[in-house]
Amino acid sequence: MKADRIFGLVLIVVALGYLFSATQIRTSFMSDPVGPRVFPYLIGIFVILCASVMVLRPDPNSEWPGLRTAMQLAVALAVLLTYAMTIKPLGFLIPTAIAAGILSYQINPKPTTAILTGVGLSIGLLVVFKLILGLGLQPFPRGWF
Amino acid sequence: MDIFSNLALGFSIALTPWTLMLAVIGCFFGTIIGALPGLGPSNGVALLIPISFSMGLDAISALVLLTSVYYGAMYGGRISSILLNIPGDEPAMMTTLDGYPMAKQGRAGDALVISGVASFVGAFLATVGLMLMAPLLARVAFQFGPAEYFALYLLAFCTLGGVGANNQAKSALAAVLGLSIAMIGLDQTTGMPRFTHGNLHLMDGIDFLVAIVGLFAVSEVFFFIESHGKNSAIGVTLGKVTIPWADLKRTSGTMLRGTGIGFVAGILPGAGASLGSFLAYMGEKAFAKDKSKFGKGDVRGVAAPEAGNNAAAGGALIPMLTLGVPGSGTTAVLLALLLTLNITPGPLLFTERPEVVWGLIAALLIANIVLLVMNVPMVKLFVRILSVPSHILLPGVTMVAFVGIYSLTGSSFDMILMVGFGVLGYVCRKLDIPTVPIILGILLGNAMEDNLRRAMVLSNGDWTYLFSSAISTGLWIAAILGFLAPVFLRKFLKRPEQPTEMHGD
Repeated sequence: MKADRIFGLVLIVVALGYLFSATQIRTSFMSDPVGPRVFPYLIGIFVILCASVMVLRPDPNSEWPGLRTAMQLAVALAVLLTYAMTIKPLGFLIPTAIAAGILSYQINPKPTTAILTGVGLSIGLLVVFKLILGLGLQPFPRGWF
Repeated sequence: MDIFSNLALGFSIALTPWTLMLAVIGCFFGTIIGALPGLGPSNGVALLIPISFSMGLDAISALVLLTSVYYGAMYGGRISSILLNIPGDEPAMMTTLDGYPMAKQGRAGDALVISGVASFVGAFLATVGLMLMAPLLARVAFQFGPAEYFALYLLAFCTLGGVGANNQAKSALAAVLGLSIAMIGLDQTTGMPRFTHGNLHLMDGIDFLVAIVGLFAVSEVFFFIESHGKNSAIGVTLGKVTIPWADLKRTSGTMLRGTGIGFVAGILPGAGASLGSFLAYMGEKAFAKDKSKFGKGDVRGVAAPEAGNNAAAGGALIPMLTLGVPGSGTTAVLLALLLTLNITPGPLLFTERPEVVWGLIAALLIANIVLLVMNVPMVKLFVRILSVPSHILLPGVTMVAFVGIYSLTGSSFDMILMVGFGVLGYVCRKLDIPTVPIILGILLGNAMEDNLRRAMVLSNGDWTYLFSSAISTGLWIAAILGFLAPVFLRKFLKRPEQPTEMHGD
């Protein structure tokens, strides 16, 4: 099935959920004539309209990644999400080195360059941001220094 | 004359050693950012906004730095267009048509210099135009009430996806998606939470910076992983760079015509630098008596789009500063910057904070001159920097994106949201859904709803108030025309083959 159709259907479902959420918006007594629900209703309806057009007249499929590349993208996504969650507890250096290394390996599959890139970027960016630009980054996890 | 005293005020602010240094740094990094494929003016400015904010730069310094980066990136896009046949950003695409053939004929240096001078002419004259027209438009803008503003935002949304995208429904969808995301958070008028589902982090809405950096920069990583970074190998050598005076003289008319076309294209909401360069190229080709060499290395094919896209970039600043309506994706990012600095664009900006506007204009003029002086001798250095391999560059860009957002909010939730936007950006680009309207929706959604509700309060619930004044009716008609016209004009506006996928401007 064409990607446009799938995406259109997903959006229609999401828009219906959105409209339902909009009905739950509480209106207060001191409100303007339009109220907080009208714009969301309009938007929800529009999304359904546009998504229906996408379903009824889908564009030809562009190239979607094959299985191997999709796995790599999934790994990249997992790395980025883990990075977002670990940067606070673990400081800057370690998560950045690991994340940058893995991403670099995915673009160019050579382990040594990837490791060097990861460590190099991590230290380099820390120097630039903390020492030169003065941003508040914690290099190491809290327990350590 | 009023303009000169204002300009003097602007220069007195912008010409200090500190701001000059920021301008030079901004131009330098902007050129690099624009030249590297995969980054672009929108990405570069978007990445730097959180960082410059965290650095504690004051309004003028941040504006000077980031507009220098913006202009630098526009200049930089042509370097990779000419040398690699890969447009550094979407507006630079037309430059590849004649620039790359010129480079293959050994005239890469000439092409670079000509495009540099053409960019300067376009940007400089556009800034002059900005100086003259913006105060005039600001006076007109005083007549704008909430109904007019609502119609104006509608016009911006209707025209934005229009000319560039292939599918109107998709641009409309993108715009509405952006609007729906803008609705998340506390309602401004009643204070009631909307779509927050009890999540504390969503109470103050979704930060547009998170969306911008996610949609533009993070989605890029996914694309690079997919293509395994096969896009950077310089195939053209650069000899000694001399200034081709004869060519410059021959193309002077071209540059002026390109500037005029580009400037007008830039002012229209929804059109941007890419349209400016496209129209300038087509216009020059139509105007030329000898069309045979276009596409094979005609200098006019390099001068016209470069003048056009820089003029359009300048022109796009006019509706952004006077009305607060961005004319293109990159000006949307600039609007985001102004909002971060607590500066609300609009007619009041000119009367209440003239030093910001004129300081900005003076900074633009300075940036133009700095770029011209820097680019010609430093081209070789930029070319060397271009050979940074993508497996170092892309992880670096991603990490910078994370650092930027983290230093701004310190919230893991926002970073996870940013990755989510990255996925959304990837999916949208695969489906040929333009991402710029999404950003526009997030930026303008609350303002648009606000104006609608205010108009209704003024008219006590009478919906015909939206069409009551001449200005608003005119804007509605323009919006409807702007939305429907591309459907009919599709065959005239069909673009030549794009070498790579870039996001719209």
